[in-house]
Amino acid sequence: MYPRREKAFLRGMRAGAPFLLVIGPFALLFGVVGTEAGLNLTQVMGFSFLVVAGASQFAALQLLADNAPTLIVLATALAVNLRLAMYSASLAPWLGEAPFWKRALAAYALVDQAYAVSILEYERRPQLPISERLSYFFGSFAILAPFWYLLTLIGAIGGAAIPPEFALDFAVPITFLALFAPALRTLAHLAAALTSILVALLLAGLPYSTGLLVAAALAMAVGSLVEVLVERRR
Amino acid sequence: MNASGTEIWLVILVLGIGTYLIRLSFLGLIGSRQLPDWVLRALRYTPVAVLPALVAPLIVWPTATGGEPDPARLAAAAVTLALGMATRNVLAAVLGGLVTLYAGLWLIG
Repeated sequence: MYPRREKAFLRGMRAGAPFLLVIGPFALLFGVVGTEAGLNLTQVMGFSFLVVAGASQFAALQLLADNAPTLIVLATALAVNLRLAMYSASLAPWLGEAPFWKRALAAYALVDQAYAVSILEYERRPQLPISERLSYFFGSFAILAPFWYLLTLIGAIGGAAIPPEFALDFAVPITFLALFAPALRTLAHLAAALTSILVALLLAGLPYSTGLLVAAALAMAVGSLVEVLVERRR
Repeated sequence: MNASGTEIWLVILVLGIGTYLIRLSFLGLIGSRQLPDWVLRALRYTPVAVLPALVAPLIVWPTATGGEPDPARLAAAAVTLALGMATRNVLAAVLGGLVTLYAGLWLIG
């Protein structure tokens, strides 16, 4: 047996466990809101199994409910997930030696929480062998994934019973706000968010929700620009 | 929702595959080719660039009120944003927002 690998796996699980408090309610809410929006049980579960990225799932759901064209739904939801490319680039030096099939499996498990705890561990223990790095990473995902699927299912089944008085239409906007508010920690992030809001409201009349994509692109540019300007003044 | 079952499944499958490929991108390449700085910088801002644009019209013109701005929903949004920025805690922000929303809807009727 591989006791060191098992230990790394368990340590990963322990590091991921506190995030159950975040992803649990989030999965439940996705199940509820997805059902309320008119998805059937298989479709709701399809999202949580195949996409495994809450914010983009909510984004797709909201735009589907608004009857946006399929291309806009996809472009927006994929744009939300572009940050995952950054995680992938950041983990590549640590996991690059693993065989391709293991990296291909790791890619499925590359969620915010698994990334966050693993990169901390790798930087804290640079000597960790590759097998234990992978075990740690998979451990942090393994504790979260079953709850992600299961709570989506419970939400989807229970959601049908929740009456409209509960104003669940507004659960999605609140979730989005709560997701990006903690990220507003620098001037550049604030400038990006403000640009995003102002341009989206100004261009709300554009057909096919295209204003959304323009707002996102401009906001990314403004965020980058402000970051460069702030760094230069130091 | 007007989307047909086929359209919904198309979104699920393409979003699933696309997201997987984004995740695999650099992990899948052997070695670690470094991204140009300006790309990394722009990627850092994707969540705060996309999510606010998505959420702003929903808050100012909520679907449930037929697009009329609604004090309870505006207050709930303000509380969620403030709590999220102050505590950095997603769950606390969501709960605070929902409590404000229900309190507001109950008070205003």
